[in-house]
Amino acid sequence: MLLALPILLPLLTAIVLHLLPQRSRLLRLVAFAGSLLVLGTAASIFARVQQAGILVLQVGSWPAPFGITLVADLFSALMIAMVSVIGVAVTGSSFAGVDPRREALGYHSLIQVVLMGVAGAFLTGDIFNLYVWFEVLLIGSFVLMSLHRTRAQLRAAFTYVGLNLLASAFLLTAIGLLYGQAGTLNLADLARAWPGRRTPGLDAALSMLFLTAFGIKAGLFPLFFWLPASYHTPPAAVGALLAGLLTKVGVYAMIRVFTLLFPDPNASVYRVLLVLSAITMVVGLIGALAQRDFRRVLSFNLVGHIGFTTIGLALWSPAALGGSILYVLHHMLVISTLFLVSGLFLRQRRTTDLNALGGLYRSQPAVACLALIPLFSLAGVPPLSGFVAKVGVITPMLGGGQYLLAAVALCVSLLTVLSMARLWEEAFWKPAPVASSASALHSRLALPILAPIAFLVGLTLALTVFAGPVSSVTMRAAGQLLDRNTYIRAILGEEVPRAAR
Amino acid sequence: MELLLAVVAGVLYAAGLYLMLRRRLAQLIIGLILLSNGSNILILSAAGVTRAKPPLITEGLPLEQFADPVPQSLILTAIVIGFGVLAFSLVLAHRVHQSTGSDDIDTIGPDRA
Repeated sequence: MLLALPILLPLLTAIVLHLLPQRSRLLRLVAFAGSLLVLGTAASIFARVQQAGILVLQVGSWPAPFGITLVADLFSALMIAMVSVIGVAVTGSSFAGVDPRREALGYHSLIQVVLMGVAGAFLTGDIFNLYVWFEVLLIGSFVLMSLHRTRAQLRAAFTYVGLNLLASAFLLTAIGLLYGQAGTLNLADLARAWPGRRTPGLDAALSMLFLTAFGIKAGLFPLFFWLPASYHTPPAAVGALLAGLLTKVGVYAMIRVFTLLFPDPNASVYRVLLVLSAITMVVGLIGALAQRDFRRVLSFNLVGHIGFTTIGLALWSPAALGGSILYVLHHMLVISTLFLVSGLFLRQRRTTDLNALGGLYRSQPAVACLALIPLFSLAGVPPLSGFVAKVGVITPMLGGGQYLLAAVALCVSLLTVLSMARLWEEAFWKPAPVASSASALHSRLALPILAPIAFLVGLTLALTVFAGPVSSVTMRAAGQLLDRNTYIRAILGEEVPRAAR
Repeated sequence: MELLLAVVAGVLYAAGLYLMLRRRLAQLIIGLILLSNGSNILILSAAGVTRAKPPLITEGLPLEQFADPVPQSLILTAIVIGFGVLAFSLVLAHRVHQSTGSDDIDTIGPDRA
């Protein structure tokens, strides 16, 4: 039952939010309380998985290959924990004020729907169910993106919708072909039964279809163009939610499906993924350097760093995969924080264009220093969490003799430092442009808008201090991912007969 | 029959992708419809088209007599999801048309304000 709660609680909260009178302060309180409850559940799921190993819930008590299975191994539990943390920060940031028109149009319940979809995608053990959760979270995010009237926002929403629906069509195609071959949809059953009867040609086609579908969602080169075209338009809290969670769902699904279904590390798809990850890193960061808008710089950085999270899968070693998982966790936290930071500028200056920013360090040094931590953490400046995560990804490359790849990753890190230093210099350090009015400069940023940022920054620091224990957990999570038999046994048991076709 | 379905699915995919590459929103939406119908037909044909009874299984009869109900339930789910998404994107396109008077993606352009 515990496993269903991260899905049921947001659903319940969303329903309650719909029933409450719109435009009341109660909405924010209920949404926040709901997110806190999910955080509590996520913590207890994590504790249970740490203690007892993989948790399984057969929904409706249908035995494994026939019904829908919810599974939480360490990787899922970590991701669920991170989702709930970001959920708390995003719903908490609404206390600082939400555009009343959006609030009346169901802003709070849509956020809960997205959180529900993400949690479902992380917990499901059934590949068609994964597709359904993708659609749930996409619909939620579509509506969140398009609760606007301006042309740029509508255009961004259309790009986002079109490309993501294309990805869903690819995913559905791959699932259809997979079912035709294997006759089952349960991931554990697929992992057990399918390798025996695959045909090499279809195998390659399927893996490429999955790579394309998840690659679009994760934002891999050359499929990432929808991301920087759309993530800079919605309000900061929505940006933080989407940037922190949606691409990571793509990465999660890629790691989960590929480790279970394509366990041959010499398959050509991993070579393709390796090259694409490296190109993604380089292209993303070069794109970031060319941008003159705080949120666009962040969007390109988001794309660039996705390369770090998929490269561990391509390298296929427990150490590299563990490093990548650590990178996913760190990146979710930091990129959400930075999108919330962009909300500070939106509030104070009504823009995130770097040309119009500056002078914040002079008026509010404490806020500028608070923002410095996630910026430098993303850049990987020691001893912050980004550094730990980068060491986790790059050390296995050196150990495995992938020197060229390690060089690329290190150069990209250097470019990130450059991009982040420039961002801080332009947005906080340089004197404010003459045009900006004195009142805008000196309006203080209130506590409600700073509290969620401080909360996430505190967690980034915690991730830095407890880097040792956390990375040992991610290593164990990677070990679990690569050891398919434990996963299969946890779900199917020893004696369950093969599903009749 | 399977060959015919495979060809139909292929044509739908090709037409859908071609339409999605166009600039007009209406064509993009029609492309999406064709694409989702193409994948539905693909699921049906990939899982094997058989002449068999509906899967109301009476004990003792060999299972080969009955059709596999799973692909059909997958398609049903996909149709429902596709319908919802289609309705949403139609509304979105309508909003774009209302605010810009055009359904050409390039003329939407950046904000003038």
